[in-house]
Amino acid sequence: MSVVRKILNYTKPHFIYIILALVCSAVSVAFTLYIPVLVGNAVDMMIQKGKVDFSGIIGIIAQTGLFILIVVVFQWLSGNFTNIISARTVRDMRNDIFEKFNRVPLSVIDSRAHGDLISRITNDVEAVGDGLTQVITQLFSGIVTIVGTLIFMLSINVWIALVVVVLTPLSVLVAAIIGKMCAKSFRDQQELQGEISSYVEEIVGNQKVVKAFAYEDRSRKEFKKKNDRLFKIGLKAQFAGALANPCTRFVNNMVYAVTGIVGAFTVVSAFMGVLTIGQLSCFLTYANQYTKPFNEVTGVLTQIQTALAAGDRIFEILELENETSDDDKINLENADGNIEFKNVKFSYTPEKELIKDFSLSVKSGQQIAIVGPTGCGKTTLINLIMRFYEIKSGEILIDGVNIKEAKRDSVRKLFGMVLQDSWLFSGTIMENLRYGNPDASDEEIINAAKLSYAHSFIRKMPDGYNSIISEGASNLSAGQKQLLCIARAMALNPPMLILDEATSSIDTLTEIRVQKAFKKLMRGRTSFIVAHRLSTIKESDIILVMNDGDIIEQGTHDELLKKDGFYTKLYNSQFD
Amino acid sequence: MFKLRRFLKEYKLQLIVGPLCKLFEAVLELFVPLVMAGIIDNGILKNDTDYIIKMGIVLLLLAVVGLSSALVCQYMASYTSQGAGTKIRDALFKHIGTLSHKELDEIGTPALITRMTSDINAVQANVAMTMRLLLRAPFLIIGALVMACFINLELSIIFFVSSLIIAFILYLVMSKSLPFYKKIQKSLDRISLLSRENLSGNRVIRAFSKQKAQDDNLNKEAENLSALSVRVGRLSALLNPATYAVAYGAIILILYFGAGKVNSGGLMSGDIVALVSYMTQILLAMIVLANLVVLLSRGSASASRINAVFEIEPSVKELNSNEIQTDETAPKVEFKDVTFSYGGGDSELENISFKIERGTFTGIIGTTGAGKSTLLSLIMRYYDTSSGEVLVDGRNVKDYPFSQLRGKIGVVPQKSTLFSGTIRENMLWQTPDASDEEIFRALKTAQADFIDDLDKRVSQGGLNFSGGQRQRLCIARAIVGSPELVILDDSFSALDFATEKKLREELLKNKDTTYIVVTQRCSTVMNADKILVLEDGRLEGEGTHKELIKNCGAYREICLSQLKEVEL
Repeated sequence: MSVVRKILNYTKPHFIYIILALVCSAVSVAFTLYIPVLVGNAVDMMIQKGKVDFSGIIGIIAQTGLFILIVVVFQWLSGNFTNIISARTVRDMRNDIFEKFNRVPLSVIDSRAHGDLISRITNDVEAVGDGLTQVITQLFSGIVTIVGTLIFMLSINVWIALVVVVLTPLSVLVAAIIGKMCAKSFRDQQELQGEISSYVEEIVGNQKVVKAFAYEDRSRKEFKKKNDRLFKIGLKAQFAGALANPCTRFVNNMVYAVTGIVGAFTVVSAFMGVLTIGQLSCFLTYANQYTKPFNEVTGVLTQIQTALAAGDRIFEILELENETSDDDKINLENADGNIEFKNVKFSYTPEKELIKDFSLSVKSGQQIAIVGPTGCGKTTLINLIMRFYEIKSGEILIDGVNIKEAKRDSVRKLFGMVLQDSWLFSGTIMENLRYGNPDASDEEIINAAKLSYAHSFIRKMPDGYNSIISEGASNLSAGQKQLLCIARAMALNPPMLILDEATSSIDTLTEIRVQKAFKKLMRGRTSFIVAHRLSTIKESDIILVMNDGDIIEQGTHDELLKKDGFYTKLYNSQFD
Repeated sequence: MFKLRRFLKEYKLQLIVGPLCKLFEAVLELFVPLVMAGIIDNGILKNDTDYIIKMGIVLLLLAVVGLSSALVCQYMASYTSQGAGTKIRDALFKHIGTLSHKELDEIGTPALITRMTSDINAVQANVAMTMRLLLRAPFLIIGALVMACFINLELSIIFFVSSLIIAFILYLVMSKSLPFYKKIQKSLDRISLLSRENLSGNRVIRAFSKQKAQDDNLNKEAENLSALSVRVGRLSALLNPATYAVAYGAIILILYFGAGKVNSGGLMSGDIVALVSYMTQILLAMIVLANLVVLLSRGSASASRINAVFEIEPSVKELNSNEIQTDETAPKVEFKDVTFSYGGGDSELENISFKIERGTFTGIIGTTGAGKSTLLSLIMRYYDTSSGEVLVDGRNVKDYPFSQLRGKIGVVPQKSTLFSGTIRENMLWQTPDASDEEIFRALKTAQADFIDDLDKRVSQGGLNFSGGQRQRLCIARAIVGSPELVILDDSFSALDFATEKKLREELLKNKDTTYIVVTQRCSTVMNADKILVLEDGRLEGEGTHKELIKNCGAYREICLSQLKEVEL
């Protein structure tokens, strides 16, 4: 299906408005076109001194007044309907894209640049909306105008009308030639814009590093180089683009002149049929109006092109596969926390198998630690338990239920999760802490904050628990953010816990305190802990040692030390 | 918009010639109805075919001359707008470079990036548009008015009154809809914020099963935006019909009063035709004007956002741009009773005093939020102290030009970021004229000997290297050219203990360099010449490991949390 069709499909729910807009626009254009006839007739009634037909003119004026009223009302209505169509289509698209963000497999979100996705839901949707408005207003009223003026001109004088019809497409031709000419400059410009954007993003985004190295002047020179290049190419593209309008206008002026001359001759010598002066006057008005849509369409052509390109980008997202539906799956209400892995195989890419054949039985209340060097894939296992990614073969069972047979949300709700990247949304601290458990009372929340040692710094903030966390939480330190995430998980009070480097940004002293709180929290709950500080997980019931994506050793701390394998090496490296 | 006009200074010639050409084209266009009237009154009514042909040629000539002057104007407009855009981009980039950390944190990177890209593009497009069209429309209107006066002074009153009414309608609609556009922009910003959050927190959202709540949030905002657009649409949809009504109302009046004048011989029918087409011209020009004003008001929002950035004064200013003499016998770094707070809140640092001697290795240790990184920021003068002095080489950091102060210091930031380009380009950040040999030496010291080709590509952020590799490369970048002072802000976190130990040993081989290391690991600072223990913004202890274990409770507690009793 072409993009045009897909975009039009989106306007379907507002079909009634499209019809209304079209009808209103047709009515208003038709009357707009008829008014010059009336004016021409009036002029014909005042050819000579002393022979002016006043009563006829008054009649025409009254009629014209009525028509003007009709035009005004219908024009306004059609403008309104057009706005409604594009505003609602834009809204629907946004909602669907956003929903898509939350329904596609997580791998899609992980693998794409977020900036690009955001620009699709903002800029691209906006471009489609603008394009839609243009198409509805310009294209439809343009077609009605062309057809209408043609009819009127033909009814006045067939031959002169033909002159106009034959000459006008010249302007389209001219516009097309210019369009082809400047396509390359536009592409170059777009590319360079992209280059500049990413340079700005890099330098401005890392302005603090730039300052640390007193690199400001050097980056400025580099930027100036790129900027100057943009000037040259941009000037070329802009000027080439700006040629289209005057050129088409020139062709239109020529058409007007030719029509005028031919028309005048016809009046004088019946060169091409009969024509009165009044008729010539309104013929010229029509000739002007007939050429205008051609001019305007060339003017909005770039906008339409942009809208189509944007539409492509939007539908690329909308057509992504969702996670498989789980409506008919079991709802896991609660869990004792017995987890079993049976011959689990997994890989992110087909080429490289990561987890080869992993089996493990976890009893309710046990603590499982996952350790290994940086980048060894410790987080992978978490991704699988939470069903962020699907395993290739094997089974993961919670209390004997295969998690594939359960609703994803119900599986995820069983876990309280604290991740290495502390994510908070902009809003108050209280709102953030209550995120997982909307029904929690203020006391419960504050208690969770106390347990996770976040209370003292929250209290110090200007508005305490009602302090606003700004976008990206730049007003909090990494450690503070992590404490808030821990408090958020504490407030949730879940049957199982996942701590993925949950204390990596916290100093060891606070960490020990938080660990104590975790210990309280973990009592009786199955918990998974990813850590690179081995001191914190010594007492775990099972330690899984990962390297290169696979689990290579498992056992308790003492068992693993006895083995004198990878874990022993890892452990000892801390102390020498 | 007007505040940005300084960027147009260089384009005075273009700014005058461009619109003048447009004026000329408009004047020519005004002649067209006059020539037509001539053809009717002199050619047709007097049966003068020669006259018709002559005037026909005049019409064609008018079109050709009009085209050429339009092209000149288009070029001037393209040149000026592109040039002004380039200048604003340069200036804004430069200005952002002068802002200090405080302002950068307040505005936020995403906002700055939009200012630099789409906002400047919008302003640029607006300049071009203004030069091309905004002036043309009033020219046409005024021209049509003048012509109308020439044809008949009395009837031209209709022209004046109707033009004023249309202008008033324009003004009314604009002023009513401007607040809407601001709200719309805000709503768009919010949609972009919601999307960004939703994407970056997607894992958490799914973990908490909050997809529905997130969707609802966005739906609400999208609905709000849609409602706003429809409401402002209702207003701006008024523009064209209202203008149309007034213009054709005027035409009716022209016909009515004109009829009397033709009857009494004061006017010819050709004059009426001309008057009607002048009125149509005014109508068309007004509609162009109306649509332009809508576009411009959107553009002026961009302009004011750019201006807002220009108007931000850096809170930390370079007070002196000439290199200063330093005292080579003074301690490398000295804090004299320094107190600091971020804009009015509780003090981040309180009454801190210490000295760091040349060629020593100093560790700074403390809990999260104790003020360790803040302390480093003061040495770099990212912020100014609230009271007290920070001295480097015996001189107050405020006396230094930024480049001299920061050039002395090699910094390894907490977050390891590299820049796209080659390894060599990245390694030249600290010392721009370093030889390859020096770079390789630094790489070796930093345990980054996995690099054997300095032309190896680095992708944006250095994401083609692992976290540990990136961190080592950042360390190497800071020590190329052996700066006098090297600051490492928790820069070993991604390294295993063995690698870290080796790296530290290598670093210490360079006896001339002073090292300041912020860390959370006791093992990192155990052998340091001096350890500063920070807690809650206060200096809790100062001394060697042995001394502090004995007499600093806070330090002892930190160490005990990481090491066994026997290891102390």
